[in-house]
Amino acid sequence: MPENISIRIDGEYVAAQEGQTILEVARAGGKYIPTLCWLAGISSVGACRLCIVEVSGVGRLLPACTTPVQDGMSVTTTSEKLTQYRRIAIEFLFSERNHVCAVCVSNNHCELQAMAQKLGVTSVRYPYAYPKLGVDVSHPRYVLDHNRCILCTRCVRVCTEVEGAHVWDVSGRGIRSMIVCDMNRPWAQASSCTNCGKCVQVCPTGALAEKGFAVDEMVKQDHNMTRLTARRGGHS
Amino acid sequence: MKKVRLATVWLDGCSGCHMSLLDIDEAILAIAKRVDVVYGPLVDAQEFPKAVDVTLIEGAVSSQDDLEKVHTIRRWSKLVVALGDCAVTGNVPSMRNSHPARKMLERIYVEGVQTNRGVPVDGVPALLRQAVPVHEVIKVDLHIPGCPPAPASIAYALGELLEGRMPDLASKVKFG
Repeated sequence: MPENISIRIDGEYVAAQEGQTILEVARAGGKYIPTLCWLAGISSVGACRLCIVEVSGVGRLLPACTTPVQDGMSVTTTSEKLTQYRRIAIEFLFSERNHVCAVCVSNNHCELQAMAQKLGVTSVRYPYAYPKLGVDVSHPRYVLDHNRCILCTRCVRVCTEVEGAHVWDVSGRGIRSMIVCDMNRPWAQASSCTNCGKCVQVCPTGALAEKGFAVDEMVKQDHNMTRLTARRGGHS
Repeated sequence: MKKVRLATVWLDGCSGCHMSLLDIDEAILAIAKRVDVVYGPLVDAQEFPKAVDVTLIEGAVSSQDDLEKVHTIRRWSKLVVALGDCAVTGNVPSMRNSHPARKMLERIYVEGVQTNRGVPVDGVPALLRQAVPVHEVIKVDLHIPGCPPAPASIAYALGELLEGRMPDLASKVKFG
Protein backbone atom coordinates (compact mmCIF):
# COMPACT_ATOMS: atom_id res chain seq x y z
CA MET A 1 0.00 0.00 0.00
CA PRO A 2 1.35 3.42 -0.87
CA GLU A 3 1.96 5.58 2.14
CA ASN A 4 -0.53 8.34 2.90
CA ILE A 5 1.11 11.73 3.14
CA SER A 6 -0.02 15.29 3.49
CA ILE A 7 1.04 18.26 1.37
CA ARG A 8 -0.08 21.86 1.11
CA ILE A 9 -1.45 23.26 -2.14
CA ASP A 10 -1.94 27.02 -2.13
CA GLY A 11 -1.94 26.93 1.65
CA GLU A 12 -4.57 24.18 2.04
CA TYR A 13 -3.68 20.79 3.46
CA VAL A 14 -4.42 18.00 0.99
CA ALA A 15 -4.20 14.26 1.51
CA ALA A 16 -2.01 12.49 -1.01
CA GLN A 17 -0.35 9.15 -1.58
CA GLU A 18 3.31 8.58 -2.17
CA GLY A 19 4.00 8.12 -5.87
CA GLN A 20 1.35 10.59 -7.02
CA THR A 21 2.38 13.68 -8.94
CA ILE A 22 1.59 17.23 -7.85
CA LEU A 23 -0.80 17.48 -10.79
CA GLU A 24 -2.72 14.35 -9.80
CA VAL A 25 -3.13 15.53 -6.23
CA ALA A 26 -4.11 19.04 -7.32
CA ARG A 27 -6.68 17.78 -9.84
CA ALA A 28 -8.14 15.34 -7.32
CA GLY A 29 -8.60 18.28 -4.97
CA GLY A 30 -10.35 20.32 -7.65
CA LYS A 31 -7.39 22.66 -8.24
CA TYR A 32 -6.83 23.82 -11.79
CA ILE A 33 -3.29 23.80 -13.18
CA PRO A 34 -3.00 24.57 -16.91
CA THR A 35 -1.61 21.72 -19.06
CA LEU A 36 -1.01 21.16 -22.74
CA CYS A 37 1.18 18.09 -23.29
CA TRP A 38 -0.43 16.17 -20.41
CA LEU A 39 -3.30 13.83 -21.24
CA ALA A 40 -5.24 11.52 -18.95
CA GLY A 41 -4.38 7.88 -19.54
CA ILE A 42 -0.88 8.24 -20.97
CA SER A 43 2.46 8.90 -19.32
CA SER A 44 3.59 12.43 -18.39
CA VAL A 45 6.71 14.01 -19.85
CA GLY A 46 6.69 17.68 -18.81
CA ALA A 47 7.31 18.89 -22.35
CA CYS A 48 5.19 22.05 -22.52
CA ARG A 49 6.11 23.63 -19.13
CA LEU A 50 2.62 25.06 -18.68
CA CYS A 51 1.97 23.13 -15.48
CA ILE A 52 4.97 24.66 -13.71
CA VAL A 53 4.39 25.36 -10.01
CA GLU A 54 6.37 26.86 -7.16
CA VAL A 55 7.54 24.49 -4.44
CA SER A 56 8.80 26.11 -1.26
CA GLY A 57 12.45 25.61 -0.65
CA VAL A 58 13.10 24.83 -4.33
CA GLY A 59 14.74 27.63 -6.26
CA ARG A 60 13.30 26.76 -9.64
CA LEU A 61 9.83 26.12 -11.03
CA LEU A 62 8.85 22.47 -11.35
CA PRO A 63 6.40 20.81 -13.77
CA ALA A 64 3.45 19.52 -11.73
CA CYS A 65 2.81 16.63 -14.13
CA THR A 66 6.15 14.90 -13.52
CA THR A 67 7.07 16.01 -9.99
CA PRO A 68 6.16 13.43 -7.33
CA VAL A 69 4.68 14.69 -4.08
CA GLN A 70 6.71 14.51 -0.89
CA ASP A 71 5.46 14.63 2.66
CA GLY A 72 5.25 18.19 3.93
CA MET A 73 5.67 19.74 0.49
CA SER A 74 4.15 23.19 0.01
CA VAL A 75 3.04 23.98 -3.54
CA THR A 76 1.85 27.24 -5.08
CA THR A 77 -0.16 26.78 -8.29
CA THR A 78 -1.13 30.38 -9.03
CA SER A 79 0.99 33.51 -8.79
CA GLU A 80 2.01 36.49 -10.85
CA LYS A 81 5.38 34.86 -11.50
CA LEU A 82 3.80 31.59 -12.69
CA THR A 83 1.41 33.45 -14.98
CA GLN A 84 4.35 35.30 -16.50
CA TYR A 85 6.33 32.11 -17.13
CA ARG A 86 3.31 30.24 -18.46
CA ARG A 87 2.71 33.08 -20.92
CA ILE A 88 6.35 32.94 -21.98
CA ALA A 89 6.03 29.18 -22.59
CA ILE A 90 2.98 29.76 -24.82
CA GLU A 91 4.66 32.61 -26.70
CA PHE A 92 7.74 30.47 -27.38
CA LEU A 93 5.50 27.74 -28.81
CA PHE A 94 3.89 30.27 -31.16
CA SER A 95 7.20 31.82 -32.22
CA GLU A 96 8.95 28.50 -32.93
CA ARG A 97 6.72 27.31 -35.76
CA ASN A 98 4.22 28.71 -38.24
CA HIS A 99 0.94 28.76 -36.34
CA VAL A 100 -1.54 30.58 -38.54
CA CYS A 101 -4.80 30.07 -36.65
CA ALA A 102 -6.94 31.78 -39.28
CA VAL A 103 -6.24 29.10 -41.92
CA CYS A 104 -5.94 26.06 -39.63
CA VAL A 105 -8.25 23.04 -39.65
CA SER A 106 -8.27 23.17 -35.86
CA ASN A 107 -9.12 26.89 -35.54
CA ASN A 108 -11.50 27.33 -32.59
CA HIS A 109 -10.94 23.73 -31.49
CA CYS A 110 -7.24 24.05 -30.73
CA GLU A 111 -5.78 23.58 -27.25
CA LEU A 112 -2.81 25.88 -27.99
CA GLN A 113 -5.10 28.67 -29.20
CA ALA A 114 -7.47 28.18 -26.26
CA MET A 115 -4.62 28.14 -23.75
CA ALA A 116 -3.19 31.38 -25.19
CA GLN A 117 -6.58 32.99 -24.71
CA LYS A 118 -7.02 31.57 -21.23
CA LEU A 119 -3.63 32.90 -20.14
CA GLY A 120 -4.36 36.31 -21.63
CA VAL A 121 -1.74 36.21 -24.38
CA THR A 122 -2.69 38.84 -26.97
CA SER A 123 0.63 39.05 -28.81
CA VAL A 124 3.97 37.28 -28.99
CA ARG A 125 6.90 39.35 -27.72
CA TYR A 126 9.57 37.22 -29.38
CA PRO A 127 10.47 37.36 -33.06
CA TYR A 128 8.85 34.56 -35.05
CA ALA A 129 11.31 31.99 -36.40
CA TYR A 130 9.36 31.26 -39.63
CA PRO A 131 11.06 27.86 -40.15
CA LYS A 132 10.64 26.14 -43.49
CA LEU A 133 8.81 22.92 -42.63
CA GLY A 134 7.16 20.16 -44.57
CA VAL A 135 3.66 18.75 -44.61
CA ASP A 136 3.30 14.95 -44.93
CA VAL A 137 0.15 14.23 -46.94
CA SER A 138 1.20 10.75 -48.02
CA HIS A 139 -1.19 8.90 -45.71
CA PRO A 140 -4.55 8.23 -47.37
CA ARG A 141 -6.59 9.45 -44.38
CA TYR A 142 -4.41 11.71 -42.25
CA VAL A 143 -2.08 14.73 -42.55
CA LEU A 144 0.97 15.71 -40.52
CA ASP A 145 1.72 19.42 -40.70
CA HIS A 146 4.99 20.18 -38.90
CA ASN A 147 4.19 23.91 -39.03
CA ARG A 148 1.51 23.38 -36.38
CA CYS A 149 3.38 20.89 -34.18
CA ILE A 150 4.30 21.91 -30.62
CA LEU A 151 6.30 18.74 -29.89
CA CYS A 152 4.03 17.77 -26.99
CA THR A 153 4.68 14.10 -27.95
CA ARG A 154 1.13 13.01 -27.18
CA CYS A 155 1.16 11.17 -30.54
CA VAL A 156 4.39 9.38 -29.64
CA ARG A 157 3.06 8.31 -26.26
CA VAL A 158 -0.41 7.25 -27.33
CA CYS A 159 0.95 5.19 -30.22
CA THR A 160 3.47 3.43 -28.00
CA GLU A 161 1.49 3.06 -24.80
CA VAL A 162 -2.08 2.58 -25.98
CA GLU A 163 -1.94 1.30 -29.54
CA GLY A 164 1.34 -0.54 -28.97
CA ALA A 165 2.63 0.29 -32.45
CA HIS A 166 5.33 2.91 -31.67
CA VAL A 167 5.17 4.53 -35.09
CA TRP A 168 6.09 8.01 -33.87
CA ASP A 169 9.32 9.29 -32.43
CA VAL A 170 11.19 12.56 -32.02
CA SER A 171 14.29 13.09 -34.15
CA GLY A 172 16.89 15.83 -33.73
CA ARG A 173 17.50 18.00 -30.70
CA GLY A 174 16.42 21.42 -29.46
CA ILE A 175 14.92 23.71 -32.08
CA ARG A 176 15.58 21.04 -34.75
CA SER A 177 13.42 18.42 -33.02
CA MET A 178 10.87 16.90 -35.35
CA ILE A 179 8.16 14.27 -35.06
CA VAL A 180 9.06 11.39 -37.38
CA CYS A 181 7.40 8.10 -38.17
CA ASP A 182 9.09 4.75 -38.71
CA MET A 183 12.72 5.95 -38.84
CA ASN A 184 11.81 9.13 -40.74
CA ARG A 185 9.83 7.76 -43.66
CA PRO A 186 6.74 9.25 -45.28
CA TRP A 187 3.70 8.25 -43.24
CA ALA A 188 2.23 6.13 -46.05
CA GLN A 189 5.36 3.96 -45.99
CA ALA A 190 5.30 3.42 -42.23
CA SER A 191 4.64 -0.30 -42.13
CA SER A 192 4.11 -0.31 -38.36
CA CYS A 193 1.18 2.16 -38.56
CA THR A 194 -2.20 0.50 -37.96
CA ASN A 195 -4.15 3.52 -39.28
CA CYS A 196 -6.01 3.69 -35.95
CA GLY A 197 -5.93 7.49 -35.79
CA LYS A 198 -5.33 7.76 -32.04
CA CYS A 199 -2.42 10.14 -32.64
CA VAL A 200 -4.72 12.39 -34.67
CA GLN A 201 -7.42 12.48 -32.01
CA VAL A 202 -5.05 13.34 -29.15
CA CYS A 203 -3.03 15.99 -31.04
CA PRO A 204 -3.83 19.29 -29.29
CA THR A 205 -3.35 21.41 -32.43
CA GLY A 206 -3.93 21.00 -36.17
CA ALA A 207 -0.54 19.28 -36.64
CA LEU A 208 -2.22 15.91 -37.01
CA ALA A 209 -5.59 16.05 -38.71
CA GLU A 210 -7.96 13.97 -40.77
CA LYS A 211 -8.08 14.71 -44.47
CA GLY A 212 -11.18 16.30 -45.94
CA PHE A 213 -11.71 19.00 -43.32
CA ALA A 214 -11.56 22.73 -44.01
CA VAL A 215 -10.63 25.60 -41.68
CA ASP A 216 -12.43 25.34 -38.31
CA GLU A 217 -13.79 21.87 -39.02
CA MET A 218 -11.40 19.45 -37.29
CA VAL A 219 -12.79 18.61 -33.86
CA LYS A 220 -10.64 16.12 -31.98
CA GLN A 221 -12.13 13.27 -29.91
CA ASP A 222 -9.44 12.67 -27.32
CA HIS A 223 -12.01 11.56 -24.70
CA ASN A 224 -12.39 8.27 -26.62
CA MET A 225 -8.73 7.51 -25.99
CA THR A 226 -9.01 8.54 -22.34
CA ARG A 227 -12.09 6.30 -21.91
CA LEU A 228 -10.26 3.40 -23.52
CA THR A 229 -7.29 3.62 -21.17
CA ALA A 230 -9.64 3.97 -18.17
CA ARG A 231 -11.45 0.75 -19.20
CA ARG A 232 -8.12 -1.00 -19.39
CA GLY A 233 -7.55 -0.10 -15.78
CA GLY A 234 -5.32 2.91 -16.25
CA HIS A 235 -5.89 6.10 -14.36
CA SER A 236 -8.18 8.56 -16.09
CA MET B 1 -15.90 68.09 -25.83
CA LYS B 2 -12.86 67.96 -28.05
CA LYS B 3 -13.06 65.14 -30.56
CA VAL B 4 -10.54 62.33 -30.55
CA ARG B 5 -8.45 62.27 -33.72
CA LEU B 6 -8.64 58.70 -35.03
CA ALA B 7 -6.69 57.27 -37.96
CA THR B 8 -7.04 53.81 -39.49
CA VAL B 9 -4.41 52.24 -41.72
CA TRP B 10 -4.59 49.30 -44.09
CA LEU B 11 -1.24 47.56 -44.65
CA ASP B 12 -0.81 43.91 -45.78
CA GLY B 13 -4.24 42.61 -44.86
CA CYS B 14 -7.55 41.82 -46.53
CA SER B 15 -9.57 44.79 -45.13
CA GLY B 16 -11.57 42.32 -43.04
CA CYS B 17 -10.58 44.17 -39.87
CA HIS B 18 -11.94 47.42 -41.30
CA MET B 19 -15.13 45.50 -42.17
CA SER B 20 -15.31 44.28 -38.59
CA LEU B 21 -14.81 47.87 -37.40
CA LEU B 22 -17.81 48.92 -39.49
CA ASP B 23 -19.76 45.93 -38.18
CA ILE B 24 -20.08 47.14 -34.57
CA ASP B 25 -23.76 47.98 -35.06
CA GLU B 26 -25.23 50.93 -33.16
CA ALA B 27 -22.02 51.33 -31.12
CA ILE B 28 -20.61 53.05 -34.19
CA LEU B 29 -23.03 55.97 -33.70
CA ALA B 30 -21.73 56.78 -30.23
CA ILE B 31 -18.14 56.39 -31.38
CA ALA B 32 -18.66 58.46 -34.56
CA LYS B 33 -19.94 61.38 -32.46
CA ARG B 34 -16.74 61.45 -30.43
CA VAL B 35 -14.06 60.97 -33.10
CA ASP B 36 -12.71 62.69 -36.16
CA VAL B 37 -11.49 60.09 -38.63
CA VAL B 38 -8.49 62.00 -39.95
CA TYR B 39 -6.85 59.34 -42.11
CA GLY B 40 -7.52 55.88 -43.56
CA PRO B 41 -9.29 53.93 -46.29
CA LEU B 42 -12.63 55.31 -45.07
CA VAL B 43 -11.70 58.97 -45.69
CA ASP B 44 -9.95 61.06 -48.35
CA ALA B 45 -6.81 62.37 -46.62
CA GLN B 46 -3.74 61.65 -48.72
CA GLU B 47 -1.05 62.23 -46.14
CA PHE B 48 -0.83 60.94 -42.61
CA PRO B 49 -1.65 63.96 -40.44
CA LYS B 50 0.38 65.27 -37.57
CA ALA B 51 -1.02 64.87 -34.04
CA VAL B 52 -3.26 61.82 -34.11
CA ASP B 53 -4.67 60.45 -30.84
CA VAL B 54 -5.32 56.85 -31.83
CA THR B 55 -4.21 54.92 -34.93
CA LEU B 56 -5.60 51.48 -35.71
CA ILE B 57 -3.28 49.46 -37.94
CA GLU B 58 -4.66 46.57 -39.94
CA GLY B 59 -2.22 44.28 -41.75
CA ALA B 60 1.36 43.06 -41.50
CA VAL B 61 4.39 45.18 -42.37
CA SER B 62 5.23 43.64 -45.71
CA SER B 63 6.61 46.25 -48.13
CA GLN B 64 8.97 49.22 -48.15
CA ASP B 65 5.89 51.45 -48.22
CA ASP B 66 4.41 49.73 -45.13
CA LEU B 67 7.71 50.18 -43.32
CA GLU B 68 7.84 53.92 -43.99
CA LYS B 69 4.16 54.26 -43.05
CA VAL B 70 4.49 52.61 -39.64
CA HIS B 71 7.41 54.85 -38.72
CA THR B 72 5.39 57.92 -39.72
CA ILE B 73 2.40 56.58 -37.78
CA ARG B 74 4.44 56.02 -34.65
CA ARG B 75 5.94 59.48 -34.90
CA TRP B 76 2.60 61.28 -35.06
CA SER B 77 0.31 59.01 -33.03
CA LYS B 78 -0.17 59.04 -29.28
CA LEU B 79 -1.51 55.49 -29.25
CA VAL B 80 -0.89 52.78 -31.82
CA VAL B 81 -3.26 49.80 -31.89
CA ALA B 82 -2.48 46.61 -33.84
CA LEU B 83 -5.89 45.55 -35.12
CA GLY B 84 -6.29 41.92 -36.16
CA ASP B 85 -4.02 38.92 -36.56
CA CYS B 86 -1.98 40.23 -39.53
CA ALA B 87 -0.89 43.28 -37.52
CA VAL B 88 -0.52 41.24 -34.32
CA THR B 89 1.09 37.99 -35.54
CA GLY B 90 1.87 38.37 -39.26
CA ASN B 91 -0.89 35.83 -39.95
CA VAL B 92 -1.53 34.90 -43.62
CA PRO B 93 0.86 37.49 -45.16
CA SER B 94 3.69 35.94 -43.11
CA MET B 95 3.13 32.53 -44.69
CA ARG B 96 5.54 33.63 -47.43
CA ASN B 97 8.32 34.16 -44.89
CA SER B 98 9.90 30.71 -45.12
CA HIS B 99 10.58 31.35 -48.81
CA PRO B 100 12.64 34.13 -50.43
CA ALA B 101 10.33 36.96 -51.60
CA ARG B 102 11.90 36.99 -55.07
CA LYS B 103 11.24 33.29 -55.58
CA MET B 104 7.65 33.69 -54.51
CA LEU B 105 7.09 36.57 -56.94
CA GLU B 106 8.64 34.58 -59.79
CA ARG B 107 6.53 31.57 -58.96
CA ILE B 108 3.38 33.67 -59.16
CA TYR B 109 4.10 36.22 -61.91
CA VAL B 110 6.43 34.23 -64.18
CA GLU B 111 5.88 30.49 -63.75
CA GLY B 112 2.25 30.87 -62.74
CA VAL B 113 0.91 32.82 -65.73
CA GLN B 114 0.61 32.24 -69.47
CA THR B 115 0.65 35.85 -70.69
CA ASN B 116 2.31 39.11 -69.59
CA ARG B 117 4.95 37.28 -67.65
CA GLY B 118 7.13 39.34 -65.37
CA VAL B 119 7.35 40.48 -61.77
CA PRO B 120 5.59 43.88 -61.48
CA VAL B 121 7.95 46.70 -60.52
CA ASP B 122 6.29 49.93 -61.71
CA GLY B 123 4.02 51.64 -59.21
CA VAL B 124 4.27 48.93 -56.57
CA PRO B 125 6.53 49.12 -53.53
CA ALA B 126 9.28 46.55 -53.13
CA LEU B 127 8.48 43.67 -50.77
CA LEU B 128 10.46 43.34 -47.57
CA ARG B 129 12.32 40.10 -46.99
CA GLN B 130 9.57 39.02 -44.60
CA ALA B 131 6.08 40.19 -43.64
CA VAL B 132 6.24 40.90 -39.90
CA PRO B 133 3.84 41.95 -37.13
CA VAL B 134 3.75 45.69 -36.43
CA HIS B 135 5.35 45.39 -32.97
CA GLU B 136 8.50 43.92 -34.52
CA VAL B 137 9.05 47.34 -36.16
CA ILE B 138 7.54 49.97 -33.85
CA LYS B 139 6.17 50.11 -30.32
CA VAL B 140 2.54 49.02 -30.20
CA ASP B 141 0.38 50.15 -27.28
CA LEU B 142 -2.50 47.68 -27.66
CA HIS B 143 -3.01 44.39 -29.50
CA ILE B 144 -6.46 43.28 -30.64
CA PRO B 145 -5.96 39.82 -32.18
CA GLY B 146 -8.56 37.93 -34.20
CA CYS B 147 -9.14 37.19 -37.85
CA PRO B 148 -10.99 39.44 -37.89
CA PRO B 149 -11.33 40.67 -34.30
CA ALA B 150 -14.93 40.28 -33.12
CA PRO B 151 -16.91 43.52 -33.59
CA ALA B 152 -17.69 43.43 -29.85
CA SER B 153 -13.97 43.42 -29.02
CA ILE B 154 -13.36 46.41 -31.28
CA ALA B 155 -16.33 48.30 -29.87
CA TYR B 156 -15.21 47.57 -26.31
CA ALA B 157 -11.59 48.57 -27.00
CA LEU B 158 -12.56 51.80 -28.77
CA GLY B 159 -15.07 52.64 -26.05
CA GLU B 160 -12.42 52.27 -23.37
CA LEU B 161 -9.83 54.25 -25.34
CA LEU B 162 -12.31 57.09 -25.83
CA GLU B 163 -12.87 57.15 -22.08
CA GLY B 164 -9.11 57.54 -21.67
CA ARG B 165 -8.65 54.01 -20.27
CA MET B 166 -6.39 51.29 -21.62
CA PRO B 167 -8.70 48.34 -22.32
CA ASP B 168 -7.84 45.01 -20.71
CA LEU B 169 -8.39 42.48 -23.48
CA ALA B 170 -6.69 39.54 -21.74
CA SER B 171 -8.81 36.39 -22.21
CA LYS B 172 -11.48 38.40 -24.09
CA VAL B 173 -9.79 37.96 -27.47
CA LYS B 174 -8.11 35.09 -29.32
CA PHE B 175 -5.85 34.46 -32.28
CA GLY B 176 -7.60 33.26 -35.44
